[in-house]
Amino acid sequence: MPYNPMELMIACAARLLEDGRSVAVGTGAPCAAAMLAQRTESPKLVICFEAGGVAPQLPTMPISVGDSRTFYKAAMATSMADVMETCQRGMIDYTFLGGAQIDMFGNLNSTMIGGTYQKPKVRLPGSGGANDLASFCWRIFVVTNHDRRRFVPKLDFLTSPGYLTGPGAREAAGLPPGCGPYRVITDLAVMGYHENTKRMEVVSLHPGVSLDQVRANTGFELGVREPLETTQPPTPIELKILREEVDPHRYIIGRC
Amino acid sequence: MTPLPQGAGPLFSDPSANHAREAFAKKPRAPFDKLMTVAEAVSRFVQDGDYLAIGGFGGDRLPTAVCHEILRQGKQNLRFAGHTATHDFQILCAGNQTGRGKLLARVDNAYVVGLEARGLSPHARRVMESDEVEFCEWTNYALAVRFKAAAMGLPFLPSRSMLGTDTFRHSAGKAMACPFTGEILNALPALYPDVAAIHVHEADRFGNCRIQGTSVADLDVARAAKKLIITCERLIPTEEIRQDPTRTVIPFFCVDAVCEVPYGSYPGNMAYEYFSDEEHIRKWLEVERDLEEFKGFLDRHIFGVKDFTEYLQLCGGLARMQELRRQELLLHLGR
Repeated sequence: MPYNPMELMIACAARLLEDGRSVAVGTGAPCAAAMLAQRTESPKLVICFEAGGVAPQLPTMPISVGDSRTFYKAAMATSMADVMETCQRGMIDYTFLGGAQIDMFGNLNSTMIGGTYQKPKVRLPGSGGANDLASFCWRIFVVTNHDRRRFVPKLDFLTSPGYLTGPGAREAAGLPPGCGPYRVITDLAVMGYHENTKRMEVVSLHPGVSLDQVRANTGFELGVREPLETTQPPTPIELKILREEVDPHRYIIGRC
Repeated sequence: MTPLPQGAGPLFSDPSANHAREAFAKKPRAPFDKLMTVAEAVSRFVQDGDYLAIGGFGGDRLPTAVCHEILRQGKQNLRFAGHTATHDFQILCAGNQTGRGKLLARVDNAYVVGLEARGLSPHARRVMESDEVEFCEWTNYALAVRFKAAAMGLPFLPSRSMLGTDTFRHSAGKAMACPFTGEILNALPALYPDVAAIHVHEADRFGNCRIQGTSVADLDVARAAKKLIITCERLIPTEEIRQDPTRTVIPFFCVDAVCEVPYGSYPGNMAYEYFSDEEHIRKWLEVERDLEEFKGFLDRHIFGVKDFTEYLQLCGGLARMQELRRQELLLHLGR
């Protein structure tokens, strides 16, 4: 069955969310991935939203991380601090983050581009809850388009922590040990991080994509995990659920 | 031993718990009738230069009428806490660079300028890229913790985020060693706003409040603020509050003004009442692109109306509210 890159990215992300685990999501593709996971392999996935929605039965895609869809038929509607502190206690396994820029250690910029901090060329929203979730959740996922503007050698601003400057840096700074970036899912490939160097490396190429193509769209040296695999395309069942139940109005999957 | 790192950002408010106690000592304790118009509440309780906190989550359970009134009354040089400040930040930014002085002077940024999935506000960008507003960087949780520290009557609380990042370096947080374990923590200064505004579902005339759905940071904001303006969807009798006190989440003695504002979160979402008006929010984002067009829009929608009810009329009135209620209750999906 034909599919577009966004559908592939969402299906990839959904498969990484194991049943019985917990995830803090925002709106957009991550929310679609969590909803798809719940409707396929991970019915007991616990979804949380940082504004206070805990374990909702999402009727439609939320527009805001705090809108009423995020706690529709939820187990609890609570506070932002309560959800963040659940993360800080180590109870939330996964989170999804985005950003205008990402570097080889998975650090993210969502604060500003160009100019100076006080007078930036483009002011972006800032951390929101991203820095907190990147500090506290065990495995951090990023879903983004793959180009040299985003995959940069040096961030204009380090908003949310990846592996910072490399192995041991998170722990040295005082962040909780044992957590950090895990996967980057793009329209070209899936990346992970090398066990020892903590540098980004390609784990699987999407069907029809070459390693050269991925490297040409990355502004830093990208390793390869052997054996390099080919990403499994979305199954007809995944596509059907995604199109009919998760995002019938094509708000997210229509973005390609 | 190398000294622990400190953020180099400015601190825009006094974290002293003792100074805050002096302000709280003056707050009246006895219940009295605090019902008034939004215009009166803003006129009496928001002063130029104040540190302002807005409840809700940007476009969710937003005290929109208070934001409009602050703009309409031309308040100047406010300091502001932006924890997922979206449409509220848009409204406040309309008081900068529109020929009416400078409404915002200093902003604690956690999430500003953006409207989540809807994109960036062109005018908020204009303001924040202009060098006329001073800012300091935080995270959503950091601001929640800063309000919590204030609500607890403390000068600071530790947390474990921000460390190692530029967000920390541009904040006013300070790394500290835990006195028990030696683990590195981020000490966050308490944030005691001069004034806060929160929109709730129900309140009585003394200020006892009920909220349905997520509370975001509002229970702490309400306790941290030296003055508190409540807008409510519905005014209810005190007897009803006293029949079920477990539902009271903000007690009367925290509150200085109670204003009944039906559809008061519009165009934001109000859980179980009405969904956000995405068309109207898109309209704001569109008119902001051109400064002159934006000024005309503000003249018609904010400065040319006498209160929030007139704004609702301009935005489609009861028919529009009815449609948003159907969306909130998912009736438009055939339920």
